[in-house]
Amino acid sequence: MITLNVNGKSMQVDADPDTPLLWVLRDHLGMTGTKYGCGMALCGACTVHVNGQPARSCSTPLSAAAGKRITTIEGIGQTREGRVLQEAWVANDVSQCGYCQPGQIMSAAALLAKVKRPTDAEIESAMNGNVCRCGTYNRISLAVRQASRNLK
Amino acid sequence: MNAFEIVNLSRRDFLKAGAGLTLGIVVPEAPAQMAGPGRAGGSVVASGAFEPNAFVRIGTDNTVTVIVKHLEMGQGTYTGLPTLVAEELDADWGQIRAEGAPADAGRYNNLFFGTMQGTGGSTALANSFEQMRKAGAAARAMLLAAAAERWNVAPDSITITRGAVVHAPSNRRTNFGQLAASAAKLPVPQEVKLKDPKDFVLIGRRLTRTDSRAKSNGTAIYTQDVKLPGMLTALVAHPPRFGGKAKSFDADKAKAVKGVVDVVAIPQGVAVLANDFWSAKKGRDALAVEWEESGAFKLGSAEIMAEYRKLAATPGLSARKEGDPAGAFARAAKTLEAAYEFPYLAHACMEPMNCVVKLSADACEIWNGEQFQSIDQAEVAAALGMKPEQVKINMLFAGGSFGRRANPHADYVVEAAQIAKAHAEKSGGRVPVKLVWTREDDMRAGHYRPMYHHALKGGLDAQGNIIAWQHRIVGQSILAGTAFAGMMVKDGIDATSVEGAANLPYAVPNLGVELHSPQMGVPVQWWRSVGSTHTAFSTETFLDELAAAGGKDPYQVRRALLAKSPRHKAVLEMAATEADWSTPLVSARVGDRRGRGIAVHESFNTVVAQVAEVTVRRDGSWRVDRVMCAVDCGLAVNPDVIRAQMEGGIVYGLTAALHGAITLKDGVVEQSNFHDYMPLRMNEMPRIGVYIARSSEKPTGVGEPSTPVIAPAVANALFAATGKPIRSLPIRIQA
Repeated sequence: MITLNVNGKSMQVDADPDTPLLWVLRDHLGMTGTKYGCGMALCGACTVHVNGQPARSCSTPLSAAAGKRITTIEGIGQTREGRVLQEAWVANDVSQCGYCQPGQIMSAAALLAKVKRPTDAEIESAMNGNVCRCGTYNRISLAVRQASRNLK
Repeated sequence: MNAFEIVNLSRRDFLKAGAGLTLGIVVPEAPAQMAGPGRAGGSVVASGAFEPNAFVRIGTDNTVTVIVKHLEMGQGTYTGLPTLVAEELDADWGQIRAEGAPADAGRYNNLFFGTMQGTGGSTALANSFEQMRKAGAAARAMLLAAAAERWNVAPDSITITRGAVVHAPSNRRTNFGQLAASAAKLPVPQEVKLKDPKDFVLIGRRLTRTDSRAKSNGTAIYTQDVKLPGMLTALVAHPPRFGGKAKSFDADKAKAVKGVVDVVAIPQGVAVLANDFWSAKKGRDALAVEWEESGAFKLGSAEIMAEYRKLAATPGLSARKEGDPAGAFARAAKTLEAAYEFPYLAHACMEPMNCVVKLSADACEIWNGEQFQSIDQAEVAAALGMKPEQVKINMLFAGGSFGRRANPHADYVVEAAQIAKAHAEKSGGRVPVKLVWTREDDMRAGHYRPMYHHALKGGLDAQGNIIAWQHRIVGQSILAGTAFAGMMVKDGIDATSVEGAANLPYAVPNLGVELHSPQMGVPVQWWRSVGSTHTAFSTETFLDELAAAGGKDPYQVRRALLAKSPRHKAVLEMAATEADWSTPLVSARVGDRRGRGIAVHESFNTVVAQVAEVTVRRDGSWRVDRVMCAVDCGLAVNPDVIRAQMEGGIVYGLTAALHGAITLKDGVVEQSNFHDYMPLRMNEMPRIGVYIARSSEKPTGVGEPSTPVIAPAVANALFAATGKPIRSLPIRIQA
């Protein structure tokens, strides 16, 4: 048994230590908001926070996540950044198919937690690892800027 | 009266109770919780006197649930169809929910597809435009009658505005929820009057998508997220080449992996079933399979294209002929020839293909984001020895599709069913099975947009006017060998191979379009905007080459040739105006070359024009700075959804133009994941402006038509900047 701290709760997991955090969250803990897109840290759909830093959970083994603070899309609404981002996502109807959006929001939340008023270049750099095949990028950057303004 | 009622006369009766009651008002035991499939499903609906599988369900909690017969794959149909219902119902947008319809072609057929239930060809809103409004109007009439009865007043003294039912003379008011139970006891009206468009209050306005919130907090449920008691996850080892088969396999090492439950042979390969994804993946990695490849396809992209080039030198089947092209070429002052080449393209949806199947003694239940319910039912039934109606389908959100989930052979859905069947036969028990393709499986599974070769020849008179046009297309038929062949392949011409070319809108007096449809062992399929993905590129860039050869402005050439195509001309002028076409571009840095390109194209009855502006730097690197997109899609029901689809279609098309190529070597697909089949990312995004033409015509589709226009607009901009034409995709320019 390995103990994980997910969204402030302590959870016991019976999985091999090499199991990627993504599949621990999805298959063992039943938290399916974090998505599988590529399995190689190329698309960002699986982005979570590990000790506040954005991490690709598909390429983070369970052993490396044990004992650290993990935040997922299910918990990010409890943070100020997460809340304003989710509101901005809805206000701008960013989502199309929506499959990549939990990862997008997690990357954006990590950015805003670090930089309250990011420049366009900082937004691009923070979000460039997140792929959206529906092509919502311009709305994503609009929503991040709007959320940044709403972070009081 | 209109097209869909003619093609589908029986459905005209849909509002009559005797015809199966497709409109129902039921009383839920518990309130429907939220928008989205898998949320407000059968469990929260009481088994009342009324069928829940209708278009509209009004709960005592005052929610209005619209049952949407189309797949929500991002295009916004869970907003568009509910808008139509809400408009005629005079509902408040806040009380509207959306839910996916089950597979039931008797009720939920696409009125443009005859008796088939399915989503595609940018038809969801267009085919539903009157049907859903009628459903809303009928529900409104029943609610109004219920209120009149309760208050004992004349129905026409009651008003309904934004969900509030009011009798002003007696100052009484109520809502839909309080009327639902009594309305449910009333007869469904035979005739309903639809609103005059000038009275629309929701149509034409910006409304929040019904799925935005669930998609922003991780609660939206996709196939990948389904978990059923006892469910196993299956990964499949597929043959490395198309047409290969498993000769033998050694499952010992796979079965030794913790969590692996079974290894079974299926027609498409060997499936490993495990308690979870990661165990299944490790099991598959450990599996040893020997492949039988005597019937496998072993050519590479280079050999395929070489064959296509040879074919392009010979006459093909005629798809269109006007005037006397040969005679006109003989007297032309100048002729120009160009060849265009297009690679295979994968759809690469963010959610790789997957499907959940649960077998029982007399049924097969599926959970999936389905584009083609009727085909999937028939194919799965055939694979399992059942009848199509024994195949139940629960609709979920799809994490993108772009045509991929509309497979004429139901490939991955049948694969899931076969795994479940093979495991059940072997183990003697029936457990639900979730088939999951990895990104690599998805990328290498075929069903690509076909490779094409186009040969174009144009003739100009002494004044530079285009007097002759010959267009020869070489590429695999998408529809040959599918259930659609009878309908859409005529005299050997697959309509999807020549669409956009055979209906060239320009007034060229002598014109010939020909087609070769060679067979190749690579499975092909429609890809967002289908034939237009290649025909828009070759026709619109060749037109610019002819304009340049004739010393004319590409925008003015188009205007002159589109005199009899008013919709094309109007959006063309709109895009050019928004781009300040006649104002020269300014370079930000010395040595930068800038260019502006224009393209216009009709697909799925929608016309889109785009102007792209590019900057080419001294080192040969380049970017698209800005795109102005004008669209005529008839009446704009949801302007913001239209904008989103134009933006998304541009990104999808631009991704292919910049990076997209699936290539084969000795029959093996060379790409596997997003590092070698690169998606466009935020750093490559142009600014995009979308301009919607005012129209009172019936709405047409918006999911696809912006995709094919961007590549030729960008290529024409590069041609303007560098003087060198772009004749193959993805775009590669020399410094």
